[in-house]
Amino acid sequence: MTFLKINNLSVNYEMRRETVYAAKKVNINVERGEILGLVGESGSGKSTVGNAIINLIDEPGKVSGGSIILDGTDIYENPDNILKLRGKKIGLIFQDPQTSLNPILTIGEQLIETIQTHLKLNTEEAKNKAINLLNEVGIKDAETRFNNYPHQFSGGMRQRVVISLALCCEPELLIADEPTTALDVSIQSQILDLIKRLTKERNLAVILITHDMGVISETTSRVAVMKNGDLVEIGPTKEILTKPKEIYTKALVSSVPPTNKKIDRFKIIEKENKTQGETNIKILNRWTKKDIIDQDLVKVKNLCKTFDDNFFTESTKNSVMAVDDVSFNIKEGESFGLVGESGSGKSTIAKMIVNLYSPSAGDIDFDNVCITKIKSNKEMMKFRKQIQMIFQDPYSSLNGRLKVKDIVSEPIKLHNPSISSKDIDSYIYDLLESVELTQQSAERYPHEFSGGQRQRISIARALATQPRLLVCDEPTSALDVSIQAQILNLLKDLQEQLNLTILFISHDLPVVRQMCDRIAVLKNGKLCEISKTEELFKNPSHDYTKELLTLMPKIESIYN
Amino acid sequence: MLVVAFVSFSLFNFVGDPINNMVGEETSDEERAELRETLGLTDPIYVQFTRFVGNAAKGNFGISYQLKRPVSELISERLPATIELVLISALIALVSGTLLGVYTGINRKGFLSDIILAISLLGVSLPTFVIGILFIYLFAVILGILPSFGRGEVVSLGYWTTGFLTLSGLKAIILPSVTLSLFQMTYIIRLVRAEMMEILQTDYIKFARARGISEKSIHYKHALKNGLIPVITIAGINIGTLIAFSIITETVFQWPGMGFLFIQAVQFVDIPIMSAYLVFIAFVFVMINFIVDILYYFIDPRIRVKAEAVSG
Repeated sequence: MTFLKINNLSVNYEMRRETVYAAKKVNINVERGEILGLVGESGSGKSTVGNAIINLIDEPGKVSGGSIILDGTDIYENPDNILKLRGKKIGLIFQDPQTSLNPILTIGEQLIETIQTHLKLNTEEAKNKAINLLNEVGIKDAETRFNNYPHQFSGGMRQRVVISLALCCEPELLIADEPTTALDVSIQSQILDLIKRLTKERNLAVILITHDMGVISETTSRVAVMKNGDLVEIGPTKEILTKPKEIYTKALVSSVPPTNKKIDRFKIIEKENKTQGETNIKILNRWTKKDIIDQDLVKVKNLCKTFDDNFFTESTKNSVMAVDDVSFNIKEGESFGLVGESGSGKSTIAKMIVNLYSPSAGDIDFDNVCITKIKSNKEMMKFRKQIQMIFQDPYSSLNGRLKVKDIVSEPIKLHNPSISSKDIDSYIYDLLESVELTQQSAERYPHEFSGGQRQRISIARALATQPRLLVCDEPTSALDVSIQAQILNLLKDLQEQLNLTILFISHDLPVVRQMCDRIAVLKNGKLCEISKTEELFKNPSHDYTKELLTLMPKIESIYN
Repeated sequence: MLVVAFVSFSLFNFVGDPINNMVGEETSDEERAELRETLGLTDPIYVQFTRFVGNAAKGNFGISYQLKRPVSELISERLPATIELVLISALIALVSGTLLGVYTGINRKGFLSDIILAISLLGVSLPTFVIGILFIYLFAVILGILPSFGRGEVVSLGYWTTGFLTLSGLKAIILPSVTLSLFQMTYIIRLVRAEMMEILQTDYIKFARARGISEKSIHYKHALKNGLIPVITIAGINIGTLIAFSIITETVFQWPGMGFLFIQAVQFVDIPIMSAYLVFIAFVFVMINFIVDILYYFIDPRIRVKAEAVSG
């Protein structure tokens, strides 16, 4: 008998104006001991299916049809059924370990409460069980950490606590909703190994919901692809990833940046009707194009940045060395990658280059002028114009109360106050078309756009001052893969046409491989190595780089 | 504190000549000057102020112009009445406010919740004295079950006089304390409700549900504990406001507390009492904020750990 049987499941969200069908007649079976991947882009309904199994769909969502049968029990037959299953038979792991633990209860209290809810154990026994569990998920010093609060754990450790909470009453089904998305690669691989190990040891059935094809190919045995609430395709992982039948799956797989080779452009299947090479960069006519001289545009020399934890006393005890003696040069016209995990100081360096932070020590030269020593604002403006930045989060980096037109025109007016309003309008239209947005978008507000479109607006805004250096701080990490592919293609085109120099910051090694000519690897504020991209991927010299490369989830691993 | 002391001191020093109020018509000019000298009113302002602060620190606020008794004595006589009143009404406001807030937060669409919210709206919008007068009319005049004014019989315990130990004292405190607490209570209901509704949407509550934790524990252990953190801040500030509001309530119910004393003092331009009252209120505010900060330390583990890290 099938362990978990999802039969024609439909979930509707009844909104005031319309009904959103988050899941449409989805059929999925899961057996004990297997990990089923559930992939799809945002809004595809993959999380909805996960939540439906445990009957925790957010309001106003409702299961409108179909059934979910777990080990012979129909979950929706009787509302009390699920109450006996939650925690006991079904464990759930959420995406963000920062928010899924109650901040004011110790992890021990949360564990004991959960254990005692389901198992008849006294406090002492429950405590022992909890400590064993914490040991099992790889938390050192479990006995002392037992009394700690969630904020005393790092992200990866918290996710381990979450896993131990999900597993503490020995459930038979584990639903992991993007369990590693918020984590660094090295921690991600540990958590995935842990899930794999537990699946084997306990004969769990696992549903792994993720958008990361690399994770899917390394962990799952079967995979289900969803789009707009429909189940597109389901089958063995290898088959889906290598010989997808449906067009959507093909598009999805091809937009994943390959980890083993460098490609010129990402294939975007949905937009294939547009002939290649016909780029639409209207802004080119206005661009005062500078020839690429063979020189270093940016020189970073012995850069340091410390953050003092304590405002009043400048004690060195609490201060954090975010960037520690980093030096590198960026040649004009190249794409320079800055790679590292969270806390490696890569964003801090970016902010110092655009002069949002001032360095604690060291210099930054731009076009042979030391910009860190410039005192007057007026002098600085010349350089601000030439260096522009694109931020990670397209939702918070655009002012929601300004029209796109005003967002894009602001830097133009700032650096060229005498420009006539007619010129501005045509300039904005050219900019928007260069980033493949319509002229009509100028009159709309940012919230009317999707994440990818917003990132295009950000790019248009950055290009408005005709910069020479574009600093991109994780420009695609908040986007779906297919959108990511489009944005990366756009950046590549713009760079080629406009002779831009790009500083590309990312934690995503495959993306960096596709985008950059040279790469610098950072760890804890220190520079590990700088080398040409292909060399770095083929013969990494530093141990940390080697480690990162082995840990990175590879979609190609399915071939082995 | 010093600022408030200065303001209260200077404000009242420029309002009228206290001597005129103290003495009778037929007092001679020499006698007036003599009295002025003994009261130190001829010294320069800064000397007077330093003396004022120095004395205030020792608990000596001078002599009431009107009653001709030391202010500290008057205040300590009236203090128990106010403290008891404020304490009881704060208790009523906190306990019932939290309970009703939790109830309305959980049963958002219930009929009872709607009624509670409607009443709470009334509580926020009606002025305290109107409510007080309505209560007197209803319970004292029509029903005749509760006294309309005073503290009833009090028992003296050394420095403290309490109304808690006699039946009439207990009866007398019901109306004023309920009146006083009503505004705060409705405020707390709304605050707790909003907090509960927000917290019940968070991931950790969802995760707790997914682990099969019972609804009761989710509501009272997981959600309420988190929700109380901001409530304590507001409630702390509001206890200070309760004392301020007690002026009105005490006047309506003729409650022999400090607010009533203050109103009488205002009518007679009795400066020492007024400035002492202001300094005292400021002191209470500062103390309450201090206590709230300390309470934070016990309730929110995040602050506790930070404090340990700094000290250690």
